Parts: sequence; structure tokens; C-alpha cells
Amino acid sequence: MTDTKNVKYYDNLAVASSPHLVTALDTQKTMMWVLIALIPSFIASVFYFGIGAVILTAVCAGCSALFEYGYERLLGKKVTVKDLSACVTGVILAMNLPANLPVWMAVIGCFVAIVIVKQLYGGLGRNFANPAIVGRIVLLLSFTSYMTTWPVTRLNQTADAVTGATPLGLLADGALAEAPSLGTMFIGNIGGAMGETCTIAVLIGLAILIWKKIISPIIPLCYMGTVFVFAFIYYSFAGGDYSALHMALFHLLAGGVVFGATFCATDYVTSPIMRNAKIAFGIGCGLVTMIIRLFCAYPEGASFAILFMNVMAPLLDMVAQNRFYGISAAEKAAKKAAKEAGKEAAK
Amino acid sequence: MFGAKHLNSIHAGHYKNTAGCATEVMPVPDVVKISMSQNIGAPCKPLVKKGDTVLVGQKIGDTDAFLHVPVHSSVSGVVTGIETQRNAMGGYDTLVVIQSDGKQEIDPSVQPPEITDQKSFIAAVKESGLVGLGGASFPTWLKFNPKNLGEPMTLIINGAECEPFITSDHRTMLEDAQNIIDGALMIMKYIQAPECYIGIEDNKQDAIDQFNKMFAEQGITNIKTFPLQASYPKGAERVLIYEVTGKTCNAGVLPADLGCIVSNVTSVAFWGQYIKDGMPLVKKRVTIDGDAVAKPGNVLLPIGTMIHDAIGFCGGYKEEPRKILMGGPMMGRAIFSDRMPIVKNNNAILAFTKEQSLIPEETACISCGRCHTACPFDLLPTGFADAYEARDVKRLNDLKIMQCMECGSCSYICPAHRPLAFINKLGKGLVREASQK
Repeated sequence: MTDTKNVKYYDNLAVASSPHLVTALDTQKTMMWVLIALIPSFIASVFYFGIGAVILTAVCAGCSALFEYGYERLLGKKVTVKDLSACVTGVILAMNLPANLPVWMAVIGCFVAIVIVKQLYGGLGRNFANPAIVGRIVLLLSFTSYMTTWPVTRLNQTADAVTGATPLGLLADGALAEAPSLGTMFIGNIGGAMGETCTIAVLIGLAILIWKKIISPIIPLCYMGTVFVFAFIYYSFAGGDYSALHMALFHLLAGGVVFGATFCATDYVTSPIMRNAKIAFGIGCGLVTMIIRLFCAYPEGASFAILFMNVMAPLLDMVAQNRFYGISAAEKAAKKAAKEAGKEAAK
Repeated sequence: MFGAKHLNSIHAGHYKNTAGCATEVMPVPDVVKISMSQNIGAPCKPLVKKGDTVLVGQKIGDTDAFLHVPVHSSVSGVVTGIETQRNAMGGYDTLVVIQSDGKQEIDPSVQPPEITDQKSFIAAVKESGLVGLGGASFPTWLKFNPKNLGEPMTLIINGAECEPFITSDHRTMLEDAQNIIDGALMIMKYIQAPECYIGIEDNKQDAIDQFNKMFAEQGITNIKTFPLQASYPKGAERVLIYEVTGKTCNAGVLPADLGCIVSNVTSVAFWGQYIKDGMPLVKKRVTIDGDAVAKPGNVLLPIGTMIHDAIGFCGGYKEEPRKILMGGPMMGRAIFSDRMPIVKNNNAILAFTKEQSLIPEETACISCGRCHTACPFDLLPTGFADAYEARDVKRLNDLKIMQCMECGSCSYICPAHRPLAFINKLGKGLVREASQK
């Protein structure tokens, strides 16, 4: 017989509701992976735009964290800078700016993004619009000339040309013949916002996010797919000097679609949760982007499109939620199987 | 096999540390406390009083209520008292305290049952004291006596054991395989099931291989193993039914209505043993694990053994325990004291140290939707949480909260560590309360 009389009894154990095991992936690690996915874009921006990109990125990330810390300390709230979400906002905002933007303007952008868009609505998880996107739009409307003066990449710099147009700018001006080739746009040797130009770097980031299951691929794929299909159909009818396929790719590679689809439209807080709503969200982003690009005064529409769909997201979620039910996938599969069995029997 | 699509699941760590630990038989403890509430039906009334002498297998608790299962003594000795003790649910249990004499004399009533027809089969299952040993402790005799008997049935034996840490079902399948086969064949005969599937997660390949080998040797073709993807919660009844048959079992629907009867592998193994020697359910194989336990392992112990004594058999506490769980970490219940006895449906006792039992602090919801994509039934736990906060019963019903089986996948996966499964339970309580008004 085992002698357990000398073993102490424990009568004050902790009780809690199950489960008693949770995943190691928390908000901070999630944000860390987003930052890691932004590294290729950052490297590309430094490669093309030099030291200015480093300064602007560092200032934006630092200021965003500082504004969050300051606001939360000032209002006596729990300081949540450690979750890195403010840094992610800062870096994404920086990637949306031209590399030669005066630093003080970037600081204003960070203030708008963190304090006005995020914290005034209740902090992380409560904002209805993507902070980085709104920060960018406020800067664009306030300092339009600075925000639309794009530096030429270091590889293309000549003595008399330090700024140039973006491919979409050229398209809007009807000077499409001067636009760079698709290959040049793919590797990012063009004018534009720091992180947006190099598509290959953004795609590496997208692959990292999908591989680590940080984001679901639904929104980026629907967004990019819609832009591609919309442009293809439009140019099939409108015609032009280039083939519809060329123009569809052009619209994908030019401007902020790929970057926006990867890092901005997939923001958890401001995108829908339900699968069907995500599909509608991605398609909506693509449609609005293309409508602005083709029919409106602005050459680029990705930011406005994402902001517009951010506001739509709760609505889309609500519609999707009203249509879901327990074991939906299973019931659907069962119905489908029954239908197929019926068809086979009919044969 | 039927449905190509799997239900959502999560990949929690398996922590099957004790999978290689062969079962050790624990010597009879000095004192056992046998609970009268060992099934989800009515609690039993003690048939013995202080000073009575009892033998192993003697019935010591029974009741006239319909939904119940009798309780038997696991030791021979003298009843030293009838106690009332607060249980982990917050209510009170009646415990029969028996001082063991160490002789383990067997009651003369313990005889192999005579089973000739369906009626005597059900009576024998009831007398054996068998309840669902997977954790629900549903009276097995009722499960094997479906209203729609005679319709085509499938017996599904649940050997998934998807809960992390627990390996007692795994050891049962390795050590008691013949009993499982014998028990399954008899159950199939009386529930009129032409076929039987043993669902086993593919991280227990040795058990699958052993069954396949035995089926081949014995020429059994109507029992098949059904390998499941090793992810949580594949062993939940409704998930298992879907995975094996492709049938959708919503909450509130009896599996039997869909032509399925699901039984835990340990219940079937017990039945295979019972038809040979007639010894009621008085012993249980339990996994004892956790950072605080000195020598984790699988232990066969008498029902009513105090948790403290069971851990003492495993070398005692290596470190101070902060949390002790009855069952696995995903759905198990945290108990406040180690003075509680082992009951029939215990399959694990996990003693966690402070570090291991620490759940990180809750942070703000970032609406990532992981809870929704983790839910096997595609429910929306964040929606439940919002609706519960507003005490909005209609919204909870619209979101089909009663479909939730409290598997805990949403809480597990949440990067903000929100106690979503707990809120689901509260929400379900709210809906139940509202429907009673």
C-alpha cells in the first residue's frame, strides 16, 4: 500500500472555466508577423529611395507608438503599446508616403491615424476605419502637392530630374506611352509611395502572412482579382494602344492595389469576419478602386476604396451573419451529395 | 469516405506524454469515498449504512428514478460513514466512505450476466453500472435502447481521444483490444447495427494497426477502424458522427435518430470484460499527468480513490499544484481541492503548476475572426459575447448559440485570450433561463 499520509493536501486550488490551454499566438505575435511581412517592402523602399525611406519609416513607427503611449497615459488607460499594433500602423502609413515627404507632415499623419482614428474610438479593435489609410488620406487632402510629388528612384535619377510621375499619373494625363514597362513596375523601379512600388516585395509579404495564417487569402485575392477582371473587361471594350491583358496587369502593378490588398484591406478590425462578407469586401474594394481610377478625377483610388469598404464592413458582416447556421458547411455538403446521388440515379 | 469536407478544427499541442506508459494497477487505498452522483441522471440513494460490511462489486447505491445507473463498491471493507461533500459543480454529493480491509473479497452476486434477448441485454447494461466513460456519464443502458430500434444503425466507437494529455483510451485500445472487439460484437447484435467503425485519431497509429491486424486474424469484416485527422475536437460526438457518416447532428438531436450510436472505447472495453466475469464498473484507467506530478502515468484504480491518493501513487507532487483538472485541459473541470474522489467518467487527472496553469491576460478583441474559423459548427463566438453583454436573448438565438458544444476551440485560438467558451456557457444559461419563463 502506498503511503500518502505525509503528502500535503491542497484545498485552495485555482478554478476557472475550461479550456485550460490556450495558443501561444497572441496579438503581439500577430502584429510581429505583420511587421516581418513588411520587411521586404521596407528593404525595397530603402533600395529605391535611399536614406529618406529609413528616416520616414522610423519616425512613423516611433511617433505612432509614442502617440498611443501618450494618449493612454494621459487618459489613465491601460498602456497597450507592447502589442505593437501602433507600430504596424506607423510602418504601413510610412509605406504609403512619398519618400521625400517632410518629416513633420508624417508626424501629423501619425497623429491622425493613432489619436483621432484609433484611440478616440476606443483603441485597438474599436476603430471603424483603417488608421493608416485615413492618415494617408488626411495628408493627401491637406498637403496635396507634397503627397503627389513622387521622387524618382535612385536608379533613374539624373541631374535635372529628382521627381517624376507615377504610372497611374501618366495614365490620367494621357501619356501612357511614357509609362514604364510591366517588368519595371513589377520590380518597383518607378515613382510612387515607398512601399507600393515594388510589387514583388509586397507579394513576398503576402506569402508570409498567408503561410503563417495571419490573414486569410480571401480578401487580397478577391481585391486583386476584381481589379484585374474589371480592367480587362473595360479595356476589351474601350480599346487603346495596348492589349486588354497588358492594361489589366498595368492596373494591378501600378499604384497601391497590391500593397493595399495585402496590408490595409486585411486589417482585422476594419474588415469583415464572415467568409462571404470577406469575399464581398474584396470585390467591393476592387470595384471602387477601378471606378475611381477610370471615371473620377483622382488617378489613384485604392485608399478611398478601402476606406469606403471599411465603413461597409459591419453591414456586410450583418448580412452574412443572418444567413449562417450551425454546421453550415456540413449541411451544404450533405445537400450537394444528395443532389449528385439523385443525378446519378437519374442517369 | 462520405463527406469530402471536414469540420473546422484546431491544432492544439497533443502533449501525449504518457502514451508509452503501460497501465499500472494501483493497490487498494485505505479509504475510498464513492460518490452517489456518477451519472447525469438522478443521484442514487445509499443502500448501506455506517457499520455495514461490503464486498467488491456489491451494489451500494440505487434509486427509483428513471434516469439513473446503480453504484457498486470498489473495495471490500466496512462503511465508516455517509458524507456530504461540495462537488466541483458547486452542488453537494453524497459519498459513501468505505474503510478497506485490503482483502478485496468479491461479492457472490458478481456472476457473468445471462443475456438472451434485447431486454436482458439492456437490464444487464443497467446492472453493470456502465455510464458513458468518455466524460458525459450518460447512462449507457438508455443509449443502447433507442426508440427507433430496428432502423438501420451504425455503431461508432469513439477512440479519437482528441483532448491533449489524456492517453487512457489509447492504453485501453492497446491493452484491452480483445475486450473491445467482443463488447462491440455483442452491442452490434442487440442494437441491430450491421456495421461498426472505431474512430481513432491518426496520432495513435499503433492502435489502428493492432486493430486491423486482429480483425484480419479473426476474420472480422463488419468492424472497421476509421482513422481521423489528429486535431481537436475530433472526438466530440457530433463531430465524430459527421466525420464518419457525413450526417449532420445538430444540438438536441439524438444520434440514434440519425441511425448512429456512439460509444466511448473504454465503455465498450468494459462491456467486453463484464460479459466474461460480471464485475460491475468499479475500476477505471486514469491518466495522471501535469507538471506538478512526479511520475506521470496511466493508473488502473478503484472508483472512489481520492485524487490525493492517486497522485500519491504517482510519486506525489513534484511541485506545488496550482490547478487540478478532472479530464483534459480543453473541456475538463478545474477542482478546488484534491480531496475529491475519482468517479466513473474520470479519464484523467492533471495537476498543473503555477506556470502551466497560467492563462495570459485578456486583451482587446481585434476582430480577427479566428474563433469563427476554429468553430467546428461555424458559429460566431464574438457575436455571442456581444449579444451576451447586451443580455440579448433573441440575438443569441439568432446566432444559434444552443448549437455550441463548449469544446473550447474559440477560447484556445483567440489571440486576445478572451474567455469565449465561458461566455458561451453563460449565454446558453441565459437562453435556457429565458425559455423557462
